[in-house]
Amino acid sequence: MTATLRSLLRHETILAILLVLVLFALASQSDRFFTTANLLNQGRLMAEVGLVALAMTFVIVTGGIDLSVGSILGLTAILLGVFWHNLGIPLPVAMVLAVFAAGIGGLVNGLIITRFGVPPLIATLATLALYRGLAEGISQARSVRGYPDWFFVLGQGEVWGVPTQLWILGALVVIAAVILGLTTFGRATYATGANEIGARFSGIGVDRTKLLIYTASGLVAGLAGVIFVSRVSTTRSDMGTGLELDVITAVVLGGTSIFGGRGTIIGTVLGLILMQALKNGLALSGVKGDGTIVVIGVVLILAIVASNLFSREGDG
Amino acid sequence: MSASNPTVARPAPAMHPMKRVAAYGQEFILLGAIILLILVVSFVNPRFLGANNITNIFAGNAYIAVAAIGMSLVIISGHIDVAVGSLIGVLATISGTLAVNGYPIWLAWLAPVAIGILVNAGVGALIAYLRIPSIVVTLGMLSILKGGLISVTGGAWISNLPADYLIAQFRLFGIPSPVWFMVILTALVAFWMRYSGFGRTIYAIGGNVEAARVAGIQVERSTVIVFAIHGAFAGIAAVLFATQLQVIQSTVPPNLELTVITASVVGGVSILGGTGTVIGSTLAAILFAAIASSLIFLNVSAYWLRAVQGLLILVTVLADMARRHRLR
Repeated sequence: MTATLRSLLRHETILAILLVLVLFALASQSDRFFTTANLLNQGRLMAEVGLVALAMTFVIVTGGIDLSVGSILGLTAILLGVFWHNLGIPLPVAMVLAVFAAGIGGLVNGLIITRFGVPPLIATLATLALYRGLAEGISQARSVRGYPDWFFVLGQGEVWGVPTQLWILGALVVIAAVILGLTTFGRATYATGANEIGARFSGIGVDRTKLLIYTASGLVAGLAGVIFVSRVSTTRSDMGTGLELDVITAVVLGGTSIFGGRGTIIGTVLGLILMQALKNGLALSGVKGDGTIVVIGVVLILAIVASNLFSREGDG
Repeated sequence: MSASNPTVARPAPAMHPMKRVAAYGQEFILLGAIILLILVVSFVNPRFLGANNITNIFAGNAYIAVAAIGMSLVIISGHIDVAVGSLIGVLATISGTLAVNGYPIWLAWLAPVAIGILVNAGVGALIAYLRIPSIVVTLGMLSILKGGLISVTGGAWISNLPADYLIAQFRLFGIPSPVWFMVILTALVAFWMRYSGFGRTIYAIGGNVEAARVAGIQVERSTVIVFAIHGAFAGIAAVLFATQLQVIQSTVPPNLELTVITASVVGGVSILGGTGTVIGSTLAAILFAAIASSLIFLNVSAYWLRAVQGLLILVTVLADMARRHRLR
């Protein structure tokens, strides 16, 4: 156990050093990088991926995966628009309802996985298509605009000089870190991923744990969806396309084992910041969005290769 | 399905006839579904049966069936590939670029196949030798290929394709060439999967990796070969896709990977690996194309198509799980 703990610490230490180096390199490359305005703006852009990555850490620690998060984000955005604009429901209620619907989307994932024994990869690949299809079908490619000003506080506003969604992300980081690191639920999550059959025989409610985690994954994807709509002032059905790539990359980069049983929230946060710094650095040096996607794909594969070599060393 | 299951404790061989029905049932269900769909839709709207539309359903979607053959092999061996749509987009662009720049036509046809084999052999090697889950490697490849393609080409259109390059528009005995490709490749691979040693190897790896290893199968090498074959089919699919119109847009066809995976999974290739046939995946590709076309003829918005797709995967997968529980 102490050996595992030591290797975990080692991964995060390396990641932290890497992060400092990258930040240093970026700061020396461009004088626009280390400005408060840029850093806060990067935090704003990072919040949606970050929120979803927190839940994804739990999902991957149980040995699962959730590919449907981007589609849930898009569906939530569409539902928010439809509830408010087409059905005339007051916006605060519409926000709650939309996030609630996202939770149901996550719950459905969990039920398919736990009740029917469908592998998470296929279950969430199917719901990736289904939820995005619902978003497209419901919206019929129409976008909803004209939200009231107070709504934009969530995605464009600031509280004490810091973007609103960074406060939300910060609070949820603390909550997630406490749950995963310090509670029995967190231990059950690790146990499920490390050895599911063993966990079952130890009397851990494996199915209940997974059900809660996939539901939470849906809920935070929904919350991210509402923030997304507030940030860009409009609703479209293709919102969040490809989000799963960013999220999974951040989590894996943070040292969470794709095979389950290992990973921390601190690691995910470091992975997230490293990825956002990389994106920002590429953007500042003139690489366009599509070029950035290439780099993230490479980083994802390299991170897994590194972590595999790493864990094999630890085992030996 | 795996013939080399050495478990002694397995009870009564009495299940075998049932298993056989289960193994081939999917193909009959799909065939029935296609016929039923065509009957119902043509009853509501007779124009559905027009020669143009039927040709479109078969010839226009044959490349999906061809790609699904390779995907089926990958899924039967217990892996997945979410990058196939991006790969087909890249290969189609390469093929078209070679054709308009005066390279020999045969090169424009064969280069995508060769590059597909090389790229996917690399992917297979990452999966097999470095033990990275296929979903992670192919998710990374998806963004590399997709982002790379748009960065390089800017999504530009390739036009002025030479007429003798457009192989998908050739006809033999009045039947469009993509249909020939689809039928012949499906038959060949179905036969090969069933009777060749390597075909059985793929089933064995997907059924039980450890048992396959103990039985002396070189799992790593076989995985690389499966992905290389998958790359070849992606190359053929890319050429059929690139040559079906007079122009090629050098982007990734949206959702292509999902459509290909849907065809394989709905075709009865078990998501748990080890079972399934390419006949099923080809039938499923046709069924899905027929559904897409039906939506238009039934005046249903095409924006619902992807929801139908998701629902189809989900229902098939749940039915597969239920069937496994019953047969266990």
